[in-house]
This record gives sequence, C-alpha cells and structure tokens, in this order.
Amino acid sequence: MISIFVFSLFPSLSCFTNQKAFTDHYLLLHISLSLSFSSAFLLFLVPNKSKRFRFFPLKFALQRARKIGMAEEETELSEEQRKEIAKWFLLNAPAGEIQYVAKDLKSVLNDDDVYNEAVSEAFPVYNKSHMICLEMPGRFGDVLVTSYGELQDNEYLDPKTAQVAIVDHVKQVCTEVRPATDEELPSPYIEEYRCALDIEMSKYVGEAYPKGFCSVYCTNGKDVEGPGSDFELVVVISAARLSPQNFCNGSWRSIWNIEFKDDIQILELKGKLQVGAHYFEEGNVQLDARHECKDSTLFQSPDDSAVSIATIIRHHETEYLASLEVAFNMSGLFQMLEFSRVLY
Amino acid sequence: MEAAMGLMRRMPPRHSETALSALLSLLPQHSSDLLSQVDLPLQVLCDVDNGKEFILCEYNRDADSYRSPWSNKYHPPLEDGPYPSSELRKLEIEANDIFAIYRDQYYEGGISSVYMWEDDNEGFVACFLIKKDGSKTGHGRRGCLEEGAWDAIHVIEVGPEEEGTTRYCLTSTVMLSLTTDDESSGSFSLSGSLRRQMNMKLSVADGHLCNMGKMIEEMEGKLRNSLDQVYFGKTREMVCTLRPPAEVAQMRLPDS
Repeated sequence: MISIFVFSLFPSLSCFTNQKAFTDHYLLLHISLSLSFSSAFLLFLVPNKSKRFRFFPLKFALQRARKIGMAEEETELSEEQRKEIAKWFLLNAPAGEIQYVAKDLKSVLNDDDVYNEAVSEAFPVYNKSHMICLEMPGRFGDVLVTSYGELQDNEYLDPKTAQVAIVDHVKQVCTEVRPATDEELPSPYIEEYRCALDIEMSKYVGEAYPKGFCSVYCTNGKDVEGPGSDFELVVVISAARLSPQNFCNGSWRSIWNIEFKDDIQILELKGKLQVGAHYFEEGNVQLDARHECKDSTLFQSPDDSAVSIATIIRHHETEYLASLEVAFNMSGLFQMLEFSRVLY
Repeated sequence: MEAAMGLMRRMPPRHSETALSALLSLLPQHSSDLLSQVDLPLQVLCDVDNGKEFILCEYNRDADSYRSPWSNKYHPPLEDGPYPSSELRKLEIEANDIFAIYRDQYYEGGISSVYMWEDDNEGFVACFLIKKDGSKTGHGRRGCLEEGAWDAIHVIEVGPEEEGTTRYCLTSTVMLSLTTDDESSGSFSLSGSLRRQMNMKLSVADGHLCNMGKMIEEMEGKLRNSLDQVYFGKTREMVCTLRPPAEVAQMRLPDS
C-alpha cells in the first residue's frame, strides 16, 4: 500500500509545458503513468475495503431507476396520456416511416386498445400532412391525400379524374373509388382554370420530379359561375424517395395558394416548400428545410394564367434548390469542424 | 427495448429529449438501459470552486447531482455520492488535463470532461466528453444567424491487464446540430448523431492514457469524415434525387 502512495506522486510531478498533440504528450509521460497504472492494477487485484465503488455505474443507475419507479407508483400514466404520447411518436415519424414507427410503438406500449386508438387518430393527420399518394383501383391513376381534397373523414377527391377515393388511413391504401357528384366538383368556369393549371403543373412536375405527383384544388369559390368574383386555387406537389434498404428516405412537399383577384385582375401566389431527409445507418441524421415565398402575375385567360403560374412556380422552386446547395456548402460547419493542425 | 431504440432512431434529433422522456414514462422498468444507451446533447454546469465548466452526463451523476472532474465534488452537494478510488481519481485528473489540451488544439475552444470509475470486471471505464458551441453572432459569410453544436461522447471500457496487453472497447457518439434561419432562404435544420465502435488490444507499456488518446484521435478523424459523407453527402444526394438540378432534368433517372 505504501508503494501505491509513492507511485501516485509521479503524475503530480509532470508539467504540462509541452504543447504538442495528444499522443506526443503521452510518450513523454508514459513512465510515470505506467507506474501509477501498475499500482492501480494492484488495487484492483487485491481485495480491499473500497470494493463498494466497484458497482459504481450500476449503483447510481439503480438509484435513479428506483426513484423513477417510486414516481411511477405515485403518478401512473392514464390511458389518455399514453395515447397522447403514442400519437406524438406517430406524428413525428419521418416521411414514409410511420408504419415502422407504429410497429415499434405497438411493442413499447404493450396495450392494444391504447395503440389502436392512437393509430386511428394519428394516421389521418400524418397522411394529410405528408400528402401521401395512393393508387386508385380501376386504372384511375393516383390520388393525393390532402386536407384540400378531403370531402369526409376518409373520402378524398381527385380533381383530375373527378373520382372520389375511399381510403383506409391506417393501412394507407385506397379501398374503393366512386365518381364525384356535381356538388363536389367546381363549376365549369372554375374548372376551366383548374384544369388548365393542372395540365401545366403536371407537365412541370413530370419533368422536374422523378417521382412527384401534383393536384390542383379549388379552395374557395368553387361555385363561381363567371367573371366578377374572386376565387382561390391551390397547387399541391408531393414527391417522396423511399429507400429503406439504403437506410435513407426523403420527401419534398410544395403547397402553392393562388388567389385569383377579379377586381384588380391580379393573381397572388404564396408558396410553402418543405424538404426532409432521414439517414439512419449507424445513427440518425435528419434534414428539415422550409421556405416561404410570394409572387404575383396578371389575371389572364385560363391557359395563359396556367402558363404564367407554372413558370413562376418553376422559377421559385429551382431557386430554392440552388439555395439549398449553398446551405450544404456552408462555411460555418467546416470552420467548426476544422481541425487546425492535423490533416486527415 | 429494441423497439424503443428503433423509435429513437426515427424521431427528429432535435426532439430527442422529448422522445426520451416519453419512452421513460412508457417503459419505467427499462429506465437504466434507456438512460445509458440514448445520447442527448450535453449540458454544462459551472464548478463553484474554481469557476471552470464541466459536462453533465449519466456517468458523473447521482440522483440529481453531478460530480465535477475539477474539484471532485457533487453539485448540488450530496452527502453520500459514489466517487472513484483515489488511484483512479489521479488518473482522472491527468486525463482531464491532457484532454483539455487535445480539445484546445483540435477545437480551439469548447469544454471537455473525463470521468472514470471502476467496473465489475477488474478493469475500469473512462468517459471522455467534448462540447463545442459553434454558433456565430452575425459574422457568418452570408450574414445570417447560424447555430451549430458539436457534442462528442467517447466511452472506453478498459479490460484487466493480461500478459502485458489490455483490451480497450471504444464506443463513440458524435451529435451535430446545424440551424440557419434566414430571410431569403427560410429555415434549414440539419441535425443528428452517428455512433461507431472500435476494439483494440494494446500493450500497457505506453500507458492507458496514451492508448486511449490514440484511439480517440483516430476515431474522431473517422467520424469527421463520416459526417462529411453522411450529413452533407447523403442528405444532399437525397434532395437532388427528389428534384434534380435543372441541368439533369432532361434525363429521367432510373427507378431505384
């Protein structure tokens, strides 16, 4: 034991005057350090009274667990609270991952009733916010699930084909399709504008997005019969790239609100763009980038307006993509990561 | 427990604290596992004795108090907290001083802490932590608000000495968070964590700190490269796949 005291004096004799890198420093000190190590090992090998510190991490982990356990007995989570927590997890799932989150959640919750309730409440909200794209049976193509096209809890209008898709939110499939009624569709006057814009947007999306879908809805004034009144259309673009085998998923969502102001003969556009990506091999890295923009143009004929609008949207979205490139090249990060004296 | 870790891998990293609290309340029986396996951005306290800051983590914590590596005291004070043995404490002091030099050279600033304790297998465990806040105050090149934080946690399990060599098992986690909020380009938030492991059997002739130092230096280099590839490479690739820049829009990309 005395030798341990003697050896332990050595480290205190070392001076930190040497400014070289980590490894060099150790080589200079290794003699004193190895002596203190051997004494430390003697301590481990020889049974002694200070054994109570052997269970160091376990001891305080258990203490903490006990404290939490005690707290649990006092305030057990209600079913309602557990459901809200479950919903939080579901709603925060990255694009294309809600089914995986649901599976893990089911195991963690270990309570089918709470799970089923949470799932039935969270899935519709998630599906609409992510604007998921579902295939309609009967070769009608695809339908986007959005709040703009929602007629009832699980019925979604596809304006392109004038069909209504009935959707199972939890399974994320379209179970059946029916034709839309006249009341559900816009007036012929509005439909002219909507349809022209839809055609232009589909062209743009087809070129710009390898796996993108778009829809154009009338959100205000769908029964307007002719000129003299304002109305509003919304363009929705949704693109997702899901590659779970490569541990990488991503999504692009654009929502463009267009106000057709008849009195001043101007169209006002407001765009909201949102890009997300998730990489999860040996880690969890997520990108969340958002952008809002505005623009305006003249109120013209349906075809000319459509071309104008599509040009504006294309311009803003391309510009945003370029600014994202700049963000990725941010000098700030590299300055922070810059390891000043050693090059890798 | 596997399902819980699966959930942590999918929740947005900036909400990881909320996600962990939620899991702790749903799975109280697994709280010690969760607390030791899930990494959250590091917090810092100031040591009242010498004004130096130290990093908080599960490894220097007892109940709600944290032990400072500089003064070896619990903040707020605790009558009965666990402490490393005096030999290990000497090693811990060495390690803190040396690691501070390392940190200053590589990071030019930031805060570091090292905690050590004996474990059940006649070896010991050392935890090296670094926290760097890279946020700027308006001096960014584009004049926009930038926030950045780098947190590194390296836990090395040191086995008992066997015939002059020792086994070291290093588990490293780096958490990085970058946010910009700008008038013209909106908000951009890239954050997350990467975890790697490294096992080595090294001779004790050079001493533990030298061995551990070499491992950490090598690991941080690898992680920095991974971060380049992952944070920027993969996420940028994903954005370009979703919507290729104008030049490639003419070609249709093959379906994956």
